Amino acid sequence: MSTQTSPIIRLVSVGKRFGDFEALVDVDLEVRPGERIVICGPSGSGKSTLIRCINRMEKHTSGTIVVNGHELTDDLRDIDAVRREIGMVFQSFNLFPHMTVLRNLTIAQRLVRKTPKAEAEAVAMHFLERVRIPEQAAKYPAQLSGGQQQRVAIARALCMKPRIMLFDEPTSALDPEMISEVLEVMVDLAGDGMTMVCVTHEMGFARSVADRVIFMDRGRLVEQADPETFFTRPQNERTALFLRQILRH
Amino acid sequence: MKVEIALDALPRMLAGIGLTFQLLLLALGIGTALAVLLLLMRISGRWWLSLPAQAYCYVFRGTPILVQIFIIYYGLPQFEWLRESVLWVVLRDPFGCAVLALALNVGAYVTEILRGGVLSVERGLLEAGAALGMSSTHRFVYITAPLAVRIALPAYGNEIISLLKSTALASTITLADMTGIARTVVAETFAPYEVFISLALVYVSLAWLIQRSMHRVEARIGRYATRRAG
Repeated sequence: MSTQTSPIIRLVSVGKRFGDFEALVDVDLEVRPGERIVICGPSGSGKSTLIRCINRMEKHTSGTIVVNGHELTDDLRDIDAVRREIGMVFQSFNLFPHMTVLRNLTIAQRLVRKTPKAEAEAVAMHFLERVRIPEQAAKYPAQLSGGQQQRVAIARALCMKPRIMLFDEPTSALDPEMISEVLEVMVDLAGDGMTMVCVTHEMGFARSVADRVIFMDRGRLVEQADPETFFTRPQNERTALFLRQILRH
Repeated sequence: MKVEIALDALPRMLAGIGLTFQLLLLALGIGTALAVLLLLMRISGRWWLSLPAQAYCYVFRGTPILVQIFIIYYGLPQFEWLRESVLWVVLRDPFGCAVLALALNVGAYVTEILRGGVLSVERGLLEAGAALGMSSTHRFVYITAPLAVRIALPAYGNEIISLLKSTALASTITLADMTGIARTVVAETFAPYEVFISLALVYVSLAWLIQRSMHRVEARIGRYATRRAG
């Protein structure tokens, strides 16, 4: 029972500096298994930096980050172990342009997990069906729409059977009509009990899916609450101002 | 302009085409292999590997290839230890000297071409690879290298054409490649204009051939980039 409640991600007074610029200041955050967290905030507030520190895309400069029992240090074995547990979805999809969709989904399975080809392809097809584009398997990324590419990217991350999914503004680069197809896939995933940390400005998604919404500003966690409280009774003036600005239209 | 002199010279010069091709392909093969090695040194992130590679490229790109050929052909045999080493097998032969000089030169240029390709691979793709747990070696082999090659290909094609023309310099150290033969023919006929014009046409045709094949290769491995059909 205790493993259920102990956090799968734990950040203790984490800081991140880029030269003189403090991107993260004294961030404390615990995420329990199965929890769905949405992080929002103005641009440059450190949201992306925060989730990129969780799988060591960025190296935090102070504090402690522990993911699934592995502390993130310079030890490459811990970084590998952490990355094996975490899938990441990027704003710009980052599909490998010289590989077909199917190969995008199998390459890491085969290289990292040493999964046999047939099995890797079966896993890939399974997740392509989950994101509802199995018919695109033989195409190259450039032949797909942005929404389709992002769904492939989500499927690619899922093929590694991660326990945690990080989403870094997954819909920000998409045309409006393609946003919902990606959000639907994410809602699906949330329904399966996946631990999710999403940086997004999709407040509808936050409201319906998140267990907790976090507002960041200037590298700090300013406020966190369940969506009901967060949207209707924000405690902090900066949160309220931000919400007024993005919910106005 | 006497057309018959040009026409007479043509088959004689073409007898040297085999040698021109040997110089081209050997220098290109060795030079490219050398370039890959130098590239890996340059991007290794270790100064004691990157600095020598950088110095190498600087020196070989900064000196005329003709001077390099002369140094290797006339200069190196002065060292007795060299004449007694296995290297002498290559260096006592003008053909070996020419291939060596051209390969060393091409190596320097192709290193820079490949480096340009590597640098232009989008960082996000490597991050995606890292996030999937791929090691840095895997990322280089499966993401960086294939994309860098595609980006570097047009410049590499230029380099092949440039090398084709540099092979003509081998005639300065007694080799009877096409240019070497042309010079002999000129000495016999006193008709430099006709002979060299017809030689120039041969080089132009070869360059055109190389360009065409490179276009084919580019189109073939670049097909992933086709925009979406609809």
